[in-house]
Amino acid sequence: MNALDLQAETTSDAGVLRFITAGSVDDGKSTLIGRLLFDAKGLLRDQVAALSKSRGAKSAQDSELDLALVTDGLESEREQGITIDVAYRYFATPRRTFVIADAPGHEQYTRNMVTAASNAEVAVILIDASRIAGKGLKAQTRRHATIAKLMGLKIIVAINKMDLTGWSRAVYDEIRDGFARVARTLGIEDPIYVPIAAVHGDNVTRPSPHTPWYEGPPLLEILEAIDATRRNDGVVRFPVQRVLRMADGVRAYAGRLESGVVRAGDEVLAMPSGQQAVVQSIRTFDGALKSAIAGQSISIVLDRDLDLGRGDTLTSLEARAAKGLVADLCWLDEQPWEKGRRYLLKQGTRTTQALIDGIVFVREMTELSEVGEAAGLKLNDVASVRIKMRDPVLADLYGERPATGAFVLIDPVSNQTAAAGMIREAA
Amino acid sequence: MSLTHLQRLEAESIHIMREVVAEAERPVMLYSVGKDSSVMLHLAAKAFYPSRPPFPLLHVDTTWKFKAMYEMRDRMSKEIGADLLVYKNPEALAQNINPFDHGSSLHTDIWKTQGLKQALDHYGFDVAFGGARRDEEKSRAKERIFSFRNAAHRWDPKDQRPELWRLYNARKHKGESIRVFPISNWTELDIWQYIHLENIPIVPLYFSAPRPVVNRDGTLIMVDDERMRLNPGETPEVKSVRFRTLGCYPLTGAVESTAETLPQIIQEMLLTSTSERQGRKIDHDQAASMEKKKQEGYF
Repeated sequence: MNALDLQAETTSDAGVLRFITAGSVDDGKSTLIGRLLFDAKGLLRDQVAALSKSRGAKSAQDSELDLALVTDGLESEREQGITIDVAYRYFATPRRTFVIADAPGHEQYTRNMVTAASNAEVAVILIDASRIAGKGLKAQTRRHATIAKLMGLKIIVAINKMDLTGWSRAVYDEIRDGFARVARTLGIEDPIYVPIAAVHGDNVTRPSPHTPWYEGPPLLEILEAIDATRRNDGVVRFPVQRVLRMADGVRAYAGRLESGVVRAGDEVLAMPSGQQAVVQSIRTFDGALKSAIAGQSISIVLDRDLDLGRGDTLTSLEARAAKGLVADLCWLDEQPWEKGRRYLLKQGTRTTQALIDGIVFVREMTELSEVGEAAGLKLNDVASVRIKMRDPVLADLYGERPATGAFVLIDPVSNQTAAAGMIREAA
Repeated sequence: MSLTHLQRLEAESIHIMREVVAEAERPVMLYSVGKDSSVMLHLAAKAFYPSRPPFPLLHVDTTWKFKAMYEMRDRMSKEIGADLLVYKNPEALAQNINPFDHGSSLHTDIWKTQGLKQALDHYGFDVAFGGARRDEEKSRAKERIFSFRNAAHRWDPKDQRPELWRLYNARKHKGESIRVFPISNWTELDIWQYIHLENIPIVPLYFSAPRPVVNRDGTLIMVDDERMRLNPGETPEVKSVRFRTLGCYPLTGAVESTAETLPQIIQEMLLTSTSERQGRKIDHDQAASMEKKKQEGYF
């Protein structure tokens, strides 16, 4: 077997799936990841040995392993028995390659969950069945579901610790119905439900003998099969990162093609100015390309000198700019927002001054109602707001074009990333 | 048509490097001469083609690297045409700090951690590229691609800046710095496959060959020069070995192997049952060893 065959075998491109585990504290997120990695042979011998070493155990028997320690890699996490920040783990099955981000459950660390969600396609939301029966979902479960929905993730609800309920179908149904109400309120389409016991592996990588009433596949099979590819409608978005001077003296615009397909000879707009040009060539280290597709880092040479720079975006002819937006925000900064504070808005490679002009509503996390008369935004708030910018930005909607429909707000005084933003309409 | 896994990783790394160059005042690339550094250097050549990478390479030298690494370093910096800065902590030189008299922790702290901090301050670099990967070690699995350091170069793992989508916020106050890891999301297997596909030169120590080694508590240490101190009664044996990672030779364990080509290395990797850092003595001092070193400023 040569290495190319090996590559085909190990990174078969059914597409890499990036998913997060979300949910409230102690619902078993880190344990689930430990179980997936352990059963999928994603852990190596010395790493398994460290799991038992951390607890002072001598033997590396499966049952004695503290699976959560696979991802709780910080000393303070092991001391406190909680997850503080996202851990990224990589594993592959014969069908798919996975990148898992283990997100923290504590409300205090929600911004780390938002970080993880922003680069994932699927959220596995865990719910501890043993503690929830008869009581309704926890606020943090609703918060994570809200964020996952806003960020456009597909949602799998893993109802965990089913062993502690005696594998009660009634408990499972109650939780599933409870989440279905949340899904309807938030507009989450077709969440997938699976009853599991992560600590023992039931319905994680293999079907459980305890759930004859569950007809679906185990979680890993769901993850292997889920279609998370985004439709490529061909609409070009190419934020210019930097200008490169080619050997023949011409200017080339270096960037990553965020969406669409670009070919030599295509007409493009330079946004936000709206000037037109034609793509003369696409250059890379590996030679000139006839065309490039979303995801590629390339350099584009135009047929005329438009004097573009960082912050401009080359687009196909469907593009408009706006100086006002309605957007959803996840507030990530300890410094709350009050009227009048100025921020920097970064979209693609463009940074401009921005002002939150008004709050449309803040999402309250008990009933998931929309509270209209909020005066400010504080850490972990999820809100819909109106934003005004000094300079126009691309008016791309997050739901259609996430790469350019997303932005961050940066506090220019503290330099902190204050909010994650998703454009919903141009205003 | 869609990109392969490696094409996506390559494009992501190039994007990150270009973002840094656009937003940093004085970037530098840490060059350790290992396989990850070799991949990073290759990606830098692609990111800024046809220009040379617009930053120098910095090798924080401990004077205890394998001879073959020094040869590779000098050859590669010439080939790429990059400026190579070699920094050796003058205090470590003056005190002749070494792994035998001072132990792995002190040796690594003074030469590498303190050396790196001194070098960054000395040259005034505000952003340093490092070739760390998240699959290497569990505290690295927690780290952002843009990892902030305060003026004392400390990492605060409990208060990392959010990192949304590909919208990196590289703003910082004077005196603060950023370590950027463009190959964070690559795995060891990705690295080997990419080296193979792109024909990237690497230090020959990664390939199996007969080499003189001694067995120290189950770790095979190569006798790379006359400074190696042998214990009474200890004689080097010639074994067919190779290295999965490269560091200071007295602190880097070899593995017995017959893999002499990249496809053989990749095949061996797929069958392996231990992680690559198992051969790194400096990782095993205590459970949270890497995290501690990182908090102190280790890259």
